[in-house]
Amino acid sequence: MYSGTIIEFEKGWKLLETGVSKITRILEEETTSETPVDPEQYLGIYTTIYNMCNQKHPYDYSQRLYHKYHDVVERYAKKTVLPSIQQKHDEYFLKELSRRWDHYKVFVKWLSNFFTYLERFFISQRNYPSLLEVAMKSFRDFVYLEVQANAKDVVIALIDKEREGGEIDRALLKNISDIFVQIGIGTIERYETDLEMFLLQHTASYYGRKASRWIQEDSCPEYMIKSEESLRKEKERVTHYLHSTTEPKLVEIVQKELLVSVAKQLHSGCIELLRDDDKMDDLSRMYRLFSPIPKGLEPVADVFRLHVTREGNALVKQAQDAATNGSVGEEQGLVGKIIDLHDKYMVYVTDCFQNHTLFHKALKEAFEIFCNKKVAERSSAELLANFCDNLLKKSGKSDEAIEATIDNVVKLLDYISDKDLFAEFYRKKLARRLLFDRKVNKEHEISILTKIKRLQGGQYTSKMEGMMTDMEVGKEFQKGFEGSLPAKPGGIDMAVTVLNSRFWPSYKTSSDINLPRDMLECVDAFTSYYGEKTRMRKLRWIYSLGTCHVIGRFDQKPIELVLSTYQAVVLCLFNNAERITYQEMIEQVNLSHEDLVRVLTSLSCAKYKILKKEPVSKTISTTDVFEFNSEFTNGMRRIRVSLPLVDDRKKVVEDVGFDRRHAVDASIVRIMKSRKVLPHQQLVSQCVEQLSRTFKPDIKLIKQRIEDLITREYLERDAENPQIFKYVA
Amino acid sequence: MPPSASKPSKKRSKPDSATDPVPSASSKKKSSKEMDGTDQLFNKYANTSSGVIDPEGIEKLCSSLKVPHTDIRILMLAWRMKAEKQGYFTKAEWRTALKALKVDTIPKLKKALPELEKEVRKPLNFADFYAYAFKYCLTEEKQKFLDIETICQLLDMVLGSTFRAQVDYFVDYLKVQKDYKVINMDQWMGFYRFCNEISFPDMTNYNLENAWPSILDEFFEWLREKQA
Repeated sequence: MYSGTIIEFEKGWKLLETGVSKITRILEEETTSETPVDPEQYLGIYTTIYNMCNQKHPYDYSQRLYHKYHDVVERYAKKTVLPSIQQKHDEYFLKELSRRWDHYKVFVKWLSNFFTYLERFFISQRNYPSLLEVAMKSFRDFVYLEVQANAKDVVIALIDKEREGGEIDRALLKNISDIFVQIGIGTIERYETDLEMFLLQHTASYYGRKASRWIQEDSCPEYMIKSEESLRKEKERVTHYLHSTTEPKLVEIVQKELLVSVAKQLHSGCIELLRDDDKMDDLSRMYRLFSPIPKGLEPVADVFRLHVTREGNALVKQAQDAATNGSVGEEQGLVGKIIDLHDKYMVYVTDCFQNHTLFHKALKEAFEIFCNKKVAERSSAELLANFCDNLLKKSGKSDEAIEATIDNVVKLLDYISDKDLFAEFYRKKLARRLLFDRKVNKEHEISILTKIKRLQGGQYTSKMEGMMTDMEVGKEFQKGFEGSLPAKPGGIDMAVTVLNSRFWPSYKTSSDINLPRDMLECVDAFTSYYGEKTRMRKLRWIYSLGTCHVIGRFDQKPIELVLSTYQAVVLCLFNNAERITYQEMIEQVNLSHEDLVRVLTSLSCAKYKILKKEPVSKTISTTDVFEFNSEFTNGMRRIRVSLPLVDDRKKVVEDVGFDRRHAVDASIVRIMKSRKVLPHQQLVSQCVEQLSRTFKPDIKLIKQRIEDLITREYLERDAENPQIFKYVA
Repeated sequence: MPPSASKPSKKRSKPDSATDPVPSASSKKKSSKEMDGTDQLFNKYANTSSGVIDPEGIEKLCSSLKVPHTDIRILMLAWRMKAEKQGYFTKAEWRTALKALKVDTIPKLKKALPELEKEVRKPLNFADFYAYAFKYCLTEEKQKFLDIETICQLLDMVLGSTFRAQVDYFVDYLKVQKDYKVINMDQWMGFYRFCNEISFPDMTNYNLENAWPSILDEFFEWLREKQA
């Protein structure tokens, strides 16, 4: 309340001093029962100050009061706070600091309450440092600067104690840490330079020592467990009593000391872990530990890649050795084993390595290396095609199992660089399956083509799909053909499949072969029907792919023989003659020598001896004489006399080689046409890239094709620089 | 698009009978005298019925010049006259060469040969001469290759004196390898570049990744193996 009388400074100040002493005393005694200042006293002081500030000059004491405040605070800090702290040591020192800091804050709060009016008007008008700021600066200058080094040392000592397993007063440390933060008055610099910096240095050497010891004493898994635990504890430490900005810095230091510095040893430890099948947890841990470190995962992925490559190479070598030792069919098992290997390590990638692209890439690169090795002259493309053939012919596996294997096959195909070779082998096998196998599992056949198409593109599977369509169309056409006939031509049931030469592999025409008359009637009937139904088409008959069911009237009982057309034609000769010599046969039938030998072997020297051969031996010679073996019999009513296939592997490889030359030519011309001028190395690399989807072109091949194109005047060398090629229009 | 410059010339001119060009009035006496000398010389060696110097005639010429039949200087002469058909010189071609050399008698021609050689061996001319040598040996229309035997002889003649070692090794290689039965122009020129650019026999500056013709890559690998 404003009173008329002027308050003299000394008088007014005295009143204030009582308030200050009271607060000081109460804080000292730490009694909570007594409030520091009761409302009446408070109002009195507040009003006194108000009045003193509003008195007219020269009784306007604002400035003096401001200075006095400054003095009070300073005095409190110097005389009360500091000495009591300095008396103590170690943890007690810290405790006292913490206590005094709390007191100081209360002290300042009450003091500020008294001087609120000053703050609101005088200080803000003059833009002086606020009361709080003054208080903080005082604490800083007269207490903090004296004790901070010591405090820091004690803090670090306590942290070490906790690291070693001891219990410490976390709340205390939090408070101390807060001091460092708040004493910065708006910046965190004091905390960083006076505490954090030392803490980080110390932590570095602490964990550096630990690392050296642990790496010697512990196994890789144990070391990693300890590292993970240490990281966890340090993070927890920050949450409990350090400033949050310390966390990334602390983590980085720990990682550096515990992981980066011994990375090499850990990575070689990783090799061991991969060798063992049940160390998934440890590998996951390794991933977790190295993933936050920049470039930390690359070496781990490398180790993984090398390991998988080694495993794969071992499998391939196994198969190669078995092949050289003479065991047949070992190569077939290889594909299955590779699939299993892929499944196994894919689990590692998804589970341990959390589907990280680096590891997917490592797996892919590893497989690309050993999936392209040859076993016994056979490329992996061929092996995979054989594997598919077996898979699709077999019944007995559940549909799901087959589909799962199909998925695996499609994945493997992606790793193989000779994709065009695979397509060729697959096509050949598919043709056999479609034409010879009675039970074709259409769903699976279509499924595998669809899945391959998804990854490799429509052009890749177009021919095979065309083959499938032909079979469907053929069935319909056959119905029409049968319906059109009044009677069976030649008394024979005949079914014809028309193959579109664009889709199917190329076969030798066998129209030179002399068919028996009744078969000829069938052929003619179909040819004319086909001629009626279609325009501008030419039929080529390929009897080598045909099947015949012939009734053999043996003495004991008639048996139905399932034969290839060639075999049937040869056998039918014996309808008209008892004994036929080889020479007679070859003239009458008009097969090639190789083909006839194959046929006769299957009929007279193999499992079922339908014909008797003179002289009896294992091989056919041109002087042999053959006779129908009427004594032949068998428990079954129908038997299949198989005719072994001609191994056309060489032809497939040749055909693909031929196609590749064309593909390289086309690619080179395409590139040069668009670029006009291009240096040699770029031309080669672009060509390789363009063709990489289908096969990996040999650099030598590309060079040869370039030279050929130069001779054919599609390209020329630049006159100035022979390393550069120019397109010739 | 303009046709590429490096396409080998496909013209084969028929042997034509000589026609005297009309001498210019001012240098009538001198040029006709030269022309007569040149023509007379031509007629000495030409086949009277065909009107061109044929292989027999060239042989006679060689013995007159006292130069072996397979000597490179005859090829140089052919280059000078831009002779199109191997073993034959037409009158026009003959005139071209002798006029360029400024000679009209055998002794003068003989004296001019060293000068001619020097001229040809200049780097700018030699590359052209080297390419010419290959084309000159092509006998058929549209022929693009020369057989290994011819190549070996030609290499010896054309490069033997300057790149003895390279030629010897390369000829050895050509004789033992089985992949190539003929050589084309690109490979022929490639070898010349090889001789000029690659230090021999160490071949340390040869790079398999460059655009050297494959035959040279294989030559390089063959030689490396031999040196090991």
